[in-house]
Amino acid sequence: MKELLAILEQQPFFEDFDPMHLRLLAACAAKLSYPADTRLMRDHEPTETFWLIREGQVALESPLREGCVTFQTLGPGDILGWSWLLPPYRASYDARALTELHTLRFDAGVLREHMEADPAFGYMLMKHFSALIVQRLQAARLQALDIYSHGGPGHGT
Amino acid sequence: MAPETLQPRTDSALPEQAMAPQPWRIRSVRPDVASNEVFSWTLYPEPGVEPGPLPTPGQFNMLYLFGVGEVPISVSAITADGGIVHTTRAVGSVTRTMQDLGPGAVVGLRGPFGTAWPVEQARGRDLVLVAGGIGLAPLRPVIHAALERRADFGRVVVCYGARAPGDMIFRDELDAWAARGDFDLRVTVDRATAAWRGDVGVVTQLIDRGGFDRRNTVAMVCGPEVMMRFAAASLERRGLKPEDIYVSMERNMRCAVGFCGHCQIGSQFVCRDGPVFPYPVMEPAFRIREL
Repeated sequence: MKELLAILEQQPFFEDFDPMHLRLLAACAAKLSYPADTRLMRDHEPTETFWLIREGQVALESPLREGCVTFQTLGPGDILGWSWLLPPYRASYDARALTELHTLRFDAGVLREHMEADPAFGYMLMKHFSALIVQRLQAARLQALDIYSHGGPGHGT
Repeated sequence: MAPETLQPRTDSALPEQAMAPQPWRIRSVRPDVASNEVFSWTLYPEPGVEPGPLPTPGQFNMLYLFGVGEVPISVSAITADGGIVHTTRAVGSVTRTMQDLGPGAVVGLRGPFGTAWPVEQARGRDLVLVAGGIGLAPLRPVIHAALERRADFGRVVVCYGARAPGDMIFRDELDAWAARGDFDLRVTVDRATAAWRGDVGVVTQLIDRGGFDRRNTVAMVCGPEVMMRFAAASLERRGLKPEDIYVSMERNMRCAVGFCGHCQIGSQFVCRDGPVFPYPVMEPAFRIREL
């Protein structure tokens, strides 16, 4: 527990949580490692967990008829998974370990119960995950804009 | 707020020959992507030409193709023997013509012009460089400087985003930089190929991974304006003060000395007051549509 708490305290994502809430999070977390190529989430399947990636790289993939297309990768310090937060609690993409992965895995089902019981904790977690979702949405928009094909410094005339 | 009143220039101390292109010869041409859409020239002055001061990182030269036109091109490296490397993407009539020139051709060169990246101010601090697409070219001299004087800086983080693996420039150098243990190179592409094993996603997500001291970091950002806007927002989110963030602007520069106004953004002449600006100076312009 002490070790998990120390890990959480070092992570920017959790930096403004108060100590009591960090202890709650630590109580719902476990250190887990996965070999490369492990599928952590599968599109449309129920998700009751999220991960803090400590080491390694994860691909977020959309299954298409031609095969899976990687649209984003996550690395150390990134949070993987937010589908546990809102009904119907199903993943909206695949997540696959590209390398050996070291994580903190959170039991989101239990966390949701804590969030209901302690609105301050629930608000804090919801606020952080909303920011994360907005960040990912903005990144997806930027990616869709195909910005590098429209010029930029050094492009010349 | 009252509109800013433009003041006529009062300084007349333009460098000698500021408007007269000098003949420089292309010694080598290097394609930087497989399609040759991006290429680098290494230029040396013709005999009898007294070269001006060497450009400092971030500055640009005006390259003149006789009978075709003149374009501002940033400096992407300085060789040990005084050659200047310019990296260009062929997107317009002049740069497409440039694409056809080979070693031995002579072009006109005026410069160097403009402001430089604040490399000296970054001494003793962490350095975060964020480049998008061909925006890596104007930042490359900063990387060279930081690697040459590695002990002068804290952590050096380079975040580079390209459209696809095949669009990444300076591939050999990227591999060499990645192999160094004293510098954190993060590369991502918007669109991966099956063979790509690196990161996928926009360059801003590489900033979000941190790894630098928010209270003691200087960030330099170069790429398409929308990318610079998002990158600056990510850097601010990571705790950097706006005044510690610098951006390099691209405009259609003509005179390069702040007279003609072609490159003006508000009261700023990009050629003279830029192209490198502190972010707070350019931030209001980023919010104006179609500027």
